[in-house]
Amino acid sequence: MKEIPEMAIESLDRAGETAAVASPNGQSPSDQQSVARYAGAPGSPLATAPTSVATGAMEVQALNVYYSAFRAVRDVSLPITPQSVTALIGPSGCGKSTFLRTLNRMHEVIPGARVEGTVTLDGVDVYDPRIDPVQLRRVIGMVFQRPNPFPTMSIYDNVVAGLRLTGRHSKASLDGVVERSLQRAALWNEVKDKLRQSGVSLSGGQQQRLCIARALAVDPEVILMDEPCSALDPVATLKIEELISDLRDRYTIVIVTHNMQQASRVSDQTAFFTMGDDRAGYLVEMGPTKEMFTSPKDQLTEDYVSGRFG
Amino acid sequence: MAVASRSIPASLVRSGADRRRALIDRLFRSLALLAAVICVIPLFLIVAYVVINGIGALNLDLLTKAPRALGVGGGAEAAILGSIQMVALASLMAIPAGILAAVYVSEFSHRRSATVIRFSADVLVGIPSILMGIFVFTFLVLPFHQYNAFAGSVALAFLMVPIIMRTTEEMLRLVPGDLREASFALGVPTWRTVLSVVLRTGLPGILTGVMLAVARAAGETAPLLFTALGSRLVNVGDWSKPMDALPIFVYTNARQPIAALNEQAWGAALLLLMFVLTINILVRARTWSVRSR
Repeated sequence: MKEIPEMAIESLDRAGETAAVASPNGQSPSDQQSVARYAGAPGSPLATAPTSVATGAMEVQALNVYYSAFRAVRDVSLPITPQSVTALIGPSGCGKSTFLRTLNRMHEVIPGARVEGTVTLDGVDVYDPRIDPVQLRRVIGMVFQRPNPFPTMSIYDNVVAGLRLTGRHSKASLDGVVERSLQRAALWNEVKDKLRQSGVSLSGGQQQRLCIARALAVDPEVILMDEPCSALDPVATLKIEELISDLRDRYTIVIVTHNMQQASRVSDQTAFFTMGDDRAGYLVEMGPTKEMFTSPKDQLTEDYVSGRFG
Repeated sequence: MAVASRSIPASLVRSGADRRRALIDRLFRSLALLAAVICVIPLFLIVAYVVINGIGALNLDLLTKAPRALGVGGGAEAAILGSIQMVALASLMAIPAGILAAVYVSEFSHRRSATVIRFSADVLVGIPSILMGIFVFTFLVLPFHQYNAFAGSVALAFLMVPIIMRTTEEMLRLVPGDLREASFALGVPTWRTVLSVVLRTGLPGILTGVMLAVARAAGETAPLLFTALGSRLVNVGDWSKPMDALPIFVYTNARQPIAALNEQAWGAALLLLMFVLTINILVRARTWSVRSR
C-alpha cells in the first residue's frame, strides 16, 4: 500500500538533523524517520516502510483544549492502538469532535483554539514546533460529518485532489491511485464508468465514500472520522461501517459517533467522554469495546451505554 | 353525492365584511402589479427609443471611420477603440486588485478589519463617479498639465475595484467552510486551498462580478470628462494623450446643433447599449443556469 513513489526524497542529511534535535524529547531512534517526515520531508518513508511494521500508533497525554478562555476538553490521556478502530462516544457537547481535531491539529483553523499537553504519533510529538501541521495532515487524514467533495471537480479529480494540490504526483501514477483508492473505499464498481462526472452528482453515501477515497489517496496512517454517518441513511451507513471494518487492517481509525450501536459494531476500543460541571469535556473511561458495553467500570458509562442519559 | 347538505352555520356564511375584504385584496393586488409594470417599462422604452433612433445611424462608417477633424461626417472609430483600450487597461488593474482584496477580507482578515474594508468598499461604490474623475484629475492630470488616457483608465479602475471586490467577497463567503476544511485535512497548504478550492468554487460568481464591473466602466462618462477628456483623433496606445470613449462621443455629439452629429450620437448610444445589455444578459443567463442546476 505504501507506494507513492514519485514523492521526492528529502535529503537524508536533513532528516538526520531533524531527528537528532528531536531525540532529546525522549523519542527512540526508531522514530527518527517519522520525525523527518512531519518536519517537511514529503513523505519519503511511505515509499520504503515495510507494511508489516505497525505504524500509526498515537498516544495522548494530559490534553487540554481551550477556545480562548473556555476550556473545552480537560485533561484527557488515552492510547490509540494502531491498525484498529477507536470509537469516541459521549453526549453532545462533550468535546469529542474538538478532541478528534487536535489529533491532526485541525483545530488550529479555528481562531483562538489552543492545546496543552502532548499528542504523539509513532512516538513523535505532533505539537513539536518543528512540525508543520500541513505535512502532519497528510499522515493523519480526516473525514467529516457531512460529505464534502469539491463541487468543481470530477470524481477522478476529487480522489487525486490531495496529491495534485500538494504537488506530489506524476501523471502516469494518478490512474492507479484513483482505482486503488476507490476500490479501498468500496466505490470503484459504482463509479468506474463515470469518473469524469462531477463528484456532487453522487448520492450522499457515495459522496462520503468518495471523501474517504480522497483521504486514502494521500496515503495516511491514521484516519479521523467525525460522525461520518450522521448525514446518511441507514443503508449508506451500513456500507460505511463495512468499509471501516475493511480499512482497519491497514489504517488506524478514530471515529466520533453519536450512535452507540455503531460504536459497538465497528470499533475495537471505545472511549467514553462526558461533560463536567465546568462544561469541559473529559474522558470517563476507555477500554475494549466489548467490555465498555457489557461491563463498564464507571457508573456514568453504564448509564450512558444503557441509554439512561445523553 | 352522499354527503347530506345540512344548513350552514351562520358564522361561516359570507358576510358583507368578507366581501369588502375580498375587494380590498383585489385592489391591492392590482396596484402591486401596476407598480411592477412601471418598474419594467423604462427598460423597454429606453431600448426601443435608442434602437429606433440609432438603428439608422449604425452603419459601417460609424464603426470604422474616424471623425472628421473639421465639419461633419466620419464615424466613431476613435471612440470605439478608445473605450476598448481604456476599459481593458482599467480591467487589468482592477480585476487582480479587486479579487485579491476580496480574498484578503474573506480568507485572512479579522472580523473587525473585514467590516471596515467591506464598509469602505460599499461607500466607494456609492460615491458619485464624477468625484472619481476629479480625484484622479488632481494627481494624474494636473501635475502633467495634460489630459491623458492613462488617467481615464485609472479613474475607471477606481470605479471597478469596489464592485469586483464586493461581488467576489460575497461569492467567496458562499463557498462552504467544509470545503476549506476538506482541503486542509488533505494537507493542502492555505495558498493552494484558496486558489484551487475557494476561488475555483466561487469562479462563476466572480466572473459575474467582473463582467458587471466591465459593463459599468464601459458606460461611464463622468470619470472620463476630467481625465481622458475625449478626442477627435484616433489614439491607439498613446496613454499620455487624450483619448475618446463611446460615452464621451455620445455626450459631445448630442450637444452639437447639427443633425448629422446627433444622428451619430444615437448610433453610438445604440452600440453602447448593445454592449452593456449583452453583458448583462450573458451574466443573468449564466447565474440562471447555475441556479437551476
